[in-house]
Amino acid sequence: MDFIQLLASGLANGCVYGLIALGFVLIYKATEAVNFAQGDFMMLGAFICVGFANEDFLGWSFWTAVPLSIFFMSVFGYLFNWGVLRHMFGRSQTAIVILTIALGFILRFAAGTIWSHEPVSLETPYAGKDVSFGGVVLGIDEILGVIVTIILTISLFIFFSKTKLGLAMQAASQNQLAAYYMGIPVKRIQSMVWGLSGAVAAVAGILFASKGAIDPSAGLLGIKAFAAAAIGGFGSLPGALLGGLIIGIVEPLSSRYAPPGVSQIAPYAILLVVLIFRPGGIFSQTQKKKV
Amino acid sequence: MSNQSKNKTEVILKIDNLESYYGPIVAIRGVSLEVREGQIVTVLGANGAGKTTLLKTISGVMDPEKGTISFLGNQIQGQEPDRVVRSGIVHVPEGREIFPILSVAENIELGAYTKSDKASIAADLEMVYSYFPILKERRSQAAGTLSGGQQQMLAIGRGLMSRPKLMLLDEPSLGLSPLLTQEIFEIIRRLNQEQKVTMMLVEQNAKVALNAADYGYVMELGRIVMEDEAETLNNSKDVQEFYLGVNQEENQRGQKRWKQRKTWR
Repeated sequence: MDFIQLLASGLANGCVYGLIALGFVLIYKATEAVNFAQGDFMMLGAFICVGFANEDFLGWSFWTAVPLSIFFMSVFGYLFNWGVLRHMFGRSQTAIVILTIALGFILRFAAGTIWSHEPVSLETPYAGKDVSFGGVVLGIDEILGVIVTIILTISLFIFFSKTKLGLAMQAASQNQLAAYYMGIPVKRIQSMVWGLSGAVAAVAGILFASKGAIDPSAGLLGIKAFAAAAIGGFGSLPGALLGGLIIGIVEPLSSRYAPPGVSQIAPYAILLVVLIFRPGGIFSQTQKKKV
Repeated sequence: MSNQSKNKTEVILKIDNLESYYGPIVAIRGVSLEVREGQIVTVLGANGAGKTTLLKTISGVMDPEKGTISFLGNQIQGQEPDRVVRSGIVHVPEGREIFPILSVAENIELGAYTKSDKASIAADLEMVYSYFPILKERRSQAAGTLSGGQQQMLAIGRGLMSRPKLMLLDEPSLGLSPLLTQEIFEIIRRLNQEQKVTMMLVEQNAKVALNAADYGYVMELGRIVMEDEAETLNNSKDVQEFYLGVNQEENQRGQKRWKQRKTWR
């Protein structure tokens, strides 16, 4: 019973990691850049929602705050690529990595200045409510987290495989030059992908902040999510989710059954093992070009 | 130099004094050429002559430093590639740049990205399948699993979906067997006649290109050094020797002509 309880809450945590990892992978696939501020995007999304919904701030209805903050983060992602990253075109990867790390710092301190460095939690209509399934007690927030992740995954899958825009995003990530030749506006598409991953980060942030407290340094969670993305194979969306779930489940189990300290190391130990035995990640998607 | 065509049609693409650079290196220097409606025009030249750069500059992937490109009377140099495609030029790149993980059908449909009329897209899809039945057979397969020749067909079919007035073909014979090359060129000729697509064709394989083309240009080190009717080029001593590999008899001084300078220098 204990085991199942830990498994269930690990699953809910894993969904948050998975969604942040999804954001990493979306941007990496579309633009070949790694957004090290993805965790801070998650944090910012959560704080914007807190700013709208909590009584201490604006105190609007939770159901208006959620779509508003998702919308705000997608605009933020779009504008960041449009206004900053696009002008770095042709620079080395290192420059872009450092830029996104710096952005993370800026967001962290900006959030601290606006909302203070004290941990807050998002006030939701379902806070503190539980459901019990034969002895296993699950918070509504946890169940909701899993359901939202599933719905988001399915709708992303449909978006990428069925819509023209989704196909164009895939095309631009598989062969940027050919996408140009087909008249696909690659630069705008890349900004849209940044917007999309901002929105996904906001969803992750809202789920995270409704399960517990969040503070401006919560963005450091992004490092764990980065490990999750690498475990899944850095170019694969289902891989990112799976990697997130693995880390989410391993953490509570190892802190319960293994000696102290193991749970902090576990995600990276798994990453190490995956990289040794399957360097491309679990769902590696590498393909060689025919000559 | 003559610039006459037997049946004179309108000039749809006119390039004037075009110069493009890769960083500090000049890739094409002062190229001027014309493409007339309904023609197949070929640009011949060895590796590094600047043929691909020329096409990339027309399709907007590279921006020229100097010169003008006018298409149907509008200047298009330096425009973003998606605007160039919308104006009616499509570039079928060298080396079959396809989307490997997407299916064949999805690849072809992406060719119509700039179109929105669903009925005409569906009709164009059928048209593409009628020229390349093998693509219809393989439509749900990942494009990366196709053979080289099929990938080339896919690249051409995908290009057709934007309903281009002018198609820029970069080395369609690259890496294909002589038989497949014949097949691809036959289809290019048919598309030119039946679908009225004007073709600008860049090739190293001068023989097949000149057989298919109406008019030809020869490029060397970023310049156009020769231009004429394809037939005349085919019979020209210089082209025969340097691009078609026809053996010349030794001259009275016992030297092979390849030791001599080309007459255009």
